[in-house]
Amino acid sequence: MEKLLRVSSSPHIRSKETVSSIMRDVVIALIPATLAGIYFFGMNAAIIVAISIISAVATEAAMQSLRKKPITINDWSAVVTGLLLAMNLPASAPWWIPIIGAIFAIAIVKHAFGGLGSNFMNPALAARAFLVTSWPIEMTTWLAPGADAVTAATPLGLIKEGGTAQLPSLMNAVLGNIGGSLGETSALLLILGGIYLLYRGVISVRIPAFYIGTVFILTFLLGGFDIFNSFYAIFVGGLMLGAIYMATDYSSSPITPKGQIIFAVGAGLLTTLIRFYGGYPEGVQFSILLMNIATPIIERYTAPKVFGGVKK
Amino acid sequence: MNLLSFKGGIHPPHSKEYTENKPIKTAVEPSLVHIPLRQHIGAPASPLVKVGDIVKVGQKIGEAGGFVSVPIHASISGIVKSVKNQSVLGGSALTISIENDLKNEIHESVLPKGKLEDLSGKEIIEIIKEAGIVGMGGAGFPTHVKLSPPPDKKIDVVILNGAECEPYLTNDYRLMIENPEEIIFGMEALMKIFNLKEGYIGIENNKPEAFKIMTQAAKRNPGIKIVGLKTKYPQGAEKQLINAITGRQVPSGGLPMEVGAVVNNVATAAAIANAIQSGMPLIERICTVTGRGVKDPQNIRIKIGTMINEIVEQCGGYTDDVGKLIMGGPMMGIASHTDKLPSTKTTSGILVFTEKEAKIPEPSACIKCGKCVEACPSFLQPSYISAYALIDNLVMAEKYNAMDCIECGSCSFVCPSKRPLVDSIRIAKREILEQRRKSK
Repeated sequence: MEKLLRVSSSPHIRSKETVSSIMRDVVIALIPATLAGIYFFGMNAAIIVAISIISAVATEAAMQSLRKKPITINDWSAVVTGLLLAMNLPASAPWWIPIIGAIFAIAIVKHAFGGLGSNFMNPALAARAFLVTSWPIEMTTWLAPGADAVTAATPLGLIKEGGTAQLPSLMNAVLGNIGGSLGETSALLLILGGIYLLYRGVISVRIPAFYIGTVFILTFLLGGFDIFNSFYAIFVGGLMLGAIYMATDYSSSPITPKGQIIFAVGAGLLTTLIRFYGGYPEGVQFSILLMNIATPIIERYTAPKVFGGVKK
Repeated sequence: MNLLSFKGGIHPPHSKEYTENKPIKTAVEPSLVHIPLRQHIGAPASPLVKVGDIVKVGQKIGEAGGFVSVPIHASISGIVKSVKNQSVLGGSALTISIENDLKNEIHESVLPKGKLEDLSGKEIIEIIKEAGIVGMGGAGFPTHVKLSPPPDKKIDVVILNGAECEPYLTNDYRLMIENPEEIIFGMEALMKIFNLKEGYIGIENNKPEAFKIMTQAAKRNPGIKIVGLKTKYPQGAEKQLINAITGRQVPSGGLPMEVGAVVNNVATAAAIANAIQSGMPLIERICTVTGRGVKDPQNIRIKIGTMINEIVEQCGGYTDDVGKLIMGGPMMGIASHTDKLPSTKTTSGILVFTEKEAKIPEPSACIKCGKCVEACPSFLQPSYISAYALIDNLVMAEKYNAMDCIECGSCSFVCPSKRPLVDSIRIAKREILEQRRKSK
């Protein structure tokens, strides 16, 4: 054997999982809920999804070429951000909303802080917060499900205004036949996608379980000890989408297992408090963003204790 | 079966199917062996023979260079052709080359050492030391040193490592199936050293056949317990194995003896049995020659000092698209650019990858998925240590407990961004040690 061989330090085998395979799995997991959104809210939902994804990918390419970095749009991460942003928009939103949102998410939240893995907030959620505060009317004109596309209040909006008599049934909330952002309504399909992500090892059960569990228990305590309120609270609004797909964003949540639990409980606490006592009907978005900001300090205090470590 | 394990770790493909059902085959007598005087951790041995000397099988040809060192023995009989520096894995070392006279004459010092009952613990340790026995799992730490703790450290548990958690390797597996009696005898010798009635042999549950045969063989001594371990890498890492079996955690920066444990590989135990029963020092070992780059993968018993290329030739030679040659397993083995190297006491495996398998993946940015943190059996945060190591911030790397890294490579394996995690941590560790040495 005369030819030169490769040398490198161990290990010499690597897992099959790559950044692209992870991001692609997230997209696959989101497809059922996205299709449900299009089914419930009509063609405009499909257009928003398309515009949002295209804008996100285009912005990613533009930013990477501006930063003189390799173009990595084939790693699917911009697709995930674009899709998540679209799922957080009302189906009635005008065409320019997803464009501005995607540019903000990718250019400001992601690339201004160093690109993939360096963003300290979830790009899609931060973009949604930016859009809600800048164009509150466009961002809160909710459609009722169905072909007629009439506007309607979300269940949480109804609860906030005390209009509990018009609340849709729990079954409709589970299926997604309620008002809300285009991708957040079908709790059932979002859970299905979450199970796929757990099975594929993309996310751990910690963040979704502790987040949703905290909301469930707190709503029970604060909402008059009615177990129905607790179930209702976890299936309406953005909780499933937020807890399974947004709070689990790798780079803006703690990497330590203990830290992830604190992060999730904190988000659940804030979500419930905002829903009960805050000015907004829904608290998922701001609670995750606030916990994103707290992530570095949570990580610092939850570093795992080294094997055999007591001394030092 | 109640399976024991540790926290963390990974599940790489086992890849043992190439050789697990191949009985150990004895290699043809090499016409020439090259025996390095440094095959272990510690000081190299010093040569006892010169060019032209006639040596016999089992004859001591290198004297231990201190306490943390072992003697070296001739693996064949014949004439010493040279005593000079030669290439070995990772550098060069003084090496004794012997030309085989094919007489296979056994040296007169090779004599059975008597019954175990008649030997004292001290005598057993002396036999092990004189037989040049080192940890045969791959590290090559002199076994007698492990067995000689300071008087204030009381050893109360002896463990044999039959986990063989490295993918591809099946040499320990075949040994457990074909020579269980030797391993049990070696275990009894180790227990005798510390006057212990009990001992544990840990075997991963992907080796049911070995578990069955070893349990059968251990029946003669009720003190020896064969325990099932979860198949998980690095189950066979010393500290993780102690933790799985006894629940004890070796303190950070400490040795197993600090929790009263001594761990040896099953192959080391077999070598000990050999040294006592026949008096033959460590001059041969079982090596798994495997991977897609080898035509006829085998478990093969080789004379130490046989050239790697000659061993591979006896396994059908290389396929056409060889890309990488690894001494040991794929997780912790060392890659070599050449096969013109002698085998040593620690050559547990010769793994050959095809070019496709040898391709080193392109790293991308860390996405902070935390998979390395979950995989780390030492409970470290590899992504942070590595990030600091890569910007030469050794102070922070050390603060994040870089020195507790056991270099198992689990973090690099799971990393979806294919980052050089353990590589950079390994370098940081060396630099931190160097700084500590300088500041003394």
